[in-house]
Amino acid sequence: MSVLAVRSLCKTFDGFRAVNDVSFAVARGEFLAMIGPNGAGKSTCFNMINGQLAPDSGAILFEGQEISGLEARAVWRLGVGRTFQIAATFASMTVIENVQMALISHAGEIYWPWRPARSLHRERALCLLEQVGMHEAADRPCRELAYGDVKRVEFAIALASEPRLLLMDEPTAGMGPGERNELIALVKKLVVERGISVLFTEHSMDVVFAFADRIIVLARGQLIADGTAADIRDNERVRDVYFGSGKTFAGAAP
Amino acid sequence: MTLSAFFFLILNGLSSASALFFVAVGLSLIFGVSRIINLAHGSFYMLGTYIAYSCATRVGGAFGFWGGILVTALIVGALGALIEIVLLRRIYRAPELFQLLATFALVLVFSDATLYLWGPEDLLGPRAPGLRGAVEILGRHLPSYDLFLAILGPLLLLVLHVTLVRTRFGRLIRAATQDREMVGALGVNQALLFTAVFALGAALAGFGGALQVAREPASLSTDLIAITDAFVVVVVGGMGSITGAYLAAVIIAEVKALCIGLGVVHVGLLSVNFSKFTLVAEFLVMAVVLIVRPFGLLGRMQAAVRTIAEPEDPIRPATPLLKVLGLITLIALACLPLLAHSFPYALILGIDVLIAVIFAASLHFIAGPGGMHSFGHAAYFGLGAYGAALLVKWLALPMGAALLVAPLVALLGALLFGWFSVRLSGIYLAMLTLAFAQIVWAVVFQWEELTGGSNGVIGIWPPPPFDQAWVYFLLCLVLAVIAVLVLRRVLFSPLGYAMRAGRDSELRAEAIGIDVKRVHWLAFVIAGAVCGVAGGLFTFAKGSISPEVIHLNHSIDGLIMVLLGGIQTLTGPIVGASLFAVLQDMVMRDSEYWRALLGGIILLLVLAFPQGIVGALARLFDRARAP
Repeated sequence: MSVLAVRSLCKTFDGFRAVNDVSFAVARGEFLAMIGPNGAGKSTCFNMINGQLAPDSGAILFEGQEISGLEARAVWRLGVGRTFQIAATFASMTVIENVQMALISHAGEIYWPWRPARSLHRERALCLLEQVGMHEAADRPCRELAYGDVKRVEFAIALASEPRLLLMDEPTAGMGPGERNELIALVKKLVVERGISVLFTEHSMDVVFAFADRIIVLARGQLIADGTAADIRDNERVRDVYFGSGKTFAGAAP
Repeated sequence: MTLSAFFFLILNGLSSASALFFVAVGLSLIFGVSRIINLAHGSFYMLGTYIAYSCATRVGGAFGFWGGILVTALIVGALGALIEIVLLRRIYRAPELFQLLATFALVLVFSDATLYLWGPEDLLGPRAPGLRGAVEILGRHLPSYDLFLAILGPLLLLVLHVTLVRTRFGRLIRAATQDREMVGALGVNQALLFTAVFALGAALAGFGGALQVAREPASLSTDLIAITDAFVVVVVGGMGSITGAYLAAVIIAEVKALCIGLGVVHVGLLSVNFSKFTLVAEFLVMAVVLIVRPFGLLGRMQAAVRTIAEPEDPIRPATPLLKVLGLITLIALACLPLLAHSFPYALILGIDVLIAVIFAASLHFIAGPGGMHSFGHAAYFGLGAYGAALLVKWLALPMGAALLVAPLVALLGALLFGWFSVRLSGIYLAMLTLAFAQIVWAVVFQWEELTGGSNGVIGIWPPPPFDQAWVYFLLCLVLAVIAVLVLRRVLFSPLGYAMRAGRDSELRAEAIGIDVKRVHWLAFVIAGAVCGVAGGLFTFAKGSISPEVIHLNHSIDGLIMVLLGGIQTLTGPIVGASLFAVLQDMVMRDSEYWRALLGGIILLLVLAFPQGIVGALARLFDRARAP
């Protein structure tokens, strides 16, 4: 059974069809890339899956359960983690407190009004930070971090709730090429270890072709291709969408 | 009511609508471009009336009156430009609340400057030359000046609209309203644009005030009335939308006119006096509009302003030094009763300070870590105070029970008002909390049978041994310490962290399963209940209670206390409240012009200690420790 199944998803903004009849599925343990030019509807798709937006029509099934229209926090509680295109963390907290927050919420302790939060789940938070290579910065204010490090922290936050599906919207946006490959390699390693399925969007074709198990392509709100890296590279429609030439993909053989 | 009477009422309402629009439109323009919450806008309006009065009486005649109105607009506009250049430019990047403090200081300064120049008496200007008569409409007489105003409002709207759409200046204003950074990036001289818009907004306020000279006396109380009206209109219409502002002005003015027109209406056995609703009508309208349309009638969701102040430092448990300092302060305070013989006033002042500390700490709880800038925190103070006073008065409850009920009453109020308020954010949340506070104030003010109206409730003295100042002082001290420690404890708990998480990034908080609205609601309720304790203590400390404690002034006092100490620190509100209470007490007692003095002190603090007193001290301390 697929972890996530999206069927005939549609969303219109003021008459503009941002997402138009999109269907796809994420298999268990799969590392699935969603690519497409700017404005193709990738983020809108993401926002509908994680509950920030309600779709106009269509179905979103997480492990067989209909989740479309649920609130973001309800979707999270079912086991769907999320990172954002522009990394979102709590700037007034330390790095480790950011992760602790997610652990506290996962443990259902958000409404505890008395016990100090900083002593809760500290060990586990340190362990998660260690896995993303940020344990040395644990007690630094999150706002002081370089952007690439913020992305790592955000990844640790997303892992904290032990999700079975991770939605990563441009996990490497705003990073340099070296840093980019490093982060994706880390992400891939950790999710494979945990058996987490991942749906991610990415503009760097190097990253996509090197790491994705499968690729789906969105253009103008519609799904135009679905297949392995080789399939996508040879797909005429995909070439047309990316400026009508195959050059974008030429040097990116894995 | 006949149809013609109704029509007449509507027409009358339109002239009031124009008056509201004149005050509000400048505020809306200024906020749209600079995001400054200019509390001094009402002062510009008030100055407008006074200056126009002087022109009309000193110069006299049609020239003195009509020319005076134009001259007034120019003078107030120039004054606005001066203030923008000298003061506001320094604080554009400061947090929103900070700008509020600075502009409120201007309110105080202008108020006393006006008092100095024109004296305390209300001044009634001449009637408008050429428009002294009345027009007969449907068999009734409408003053022709009112008709003139009713027409002038829409005319001004038209002129401004065309200016915004057609001229380069107008396009720049619209562009800056949408994205001021982009406008700067495109090479527009932002400084000049901001000054020009501020001057224009001030001139419009002065113009509006000047036009009132023929209708109403120039009075020192108009500044706060005008600013509240203006805010209500701007928020109801949608921040930055001038058409929305006119629409809102019309709706509010008409609702008020109808309330007066309806008078006492008998429905079956029930008789409702609608004219009593005029005090609260605009706030009811605002509350309803904000609940239904969170960004006002024609407003849009605001793009986030990216150049805000740095996020605060992570909170840390008290250092040993802080604990020792706290303990020393506590011991010193506990010894204060020993001074009672030589300085009897010290205890009275001490009680005031402690009540202020509870008030400010509870406000800081939601305004700082919660990011909810409540402009109506006095409501919960008042609910606690009246809750205690009325129980003693009507049910003869003992003080202990009354002090227990005080936070409960405040809690119930916060439960209701908070539910709506936390659904909004930023200035809209501020205005909704203000609306609720004004509604509470109006109810208390008007419901004379229960609350004693403007006279309040008197004779609520504590029983022995609390009737001795030093015993009552110790009671306040114990409760203040408990309140501060409980709030602090909650801030360090998961709930407090979740509240900050929701403030830092609602997106991220929701994405890790935090119900931000519910967490903020809960925080709002906790703050309200703690504030109710302060209210209860206040009642027994003064032996009486009057509606003043619920008024906007008191809410703003609370904000000043918080900002003075430093909103981004945990001890800030305690220091700020203490200092404010002492300052207010000493300055007020010693000077006729205490407002100006207080305003001057606030301005000095704003410019010298942008992070508040504790924030500044912490920074000094850090610098000293760094190698």
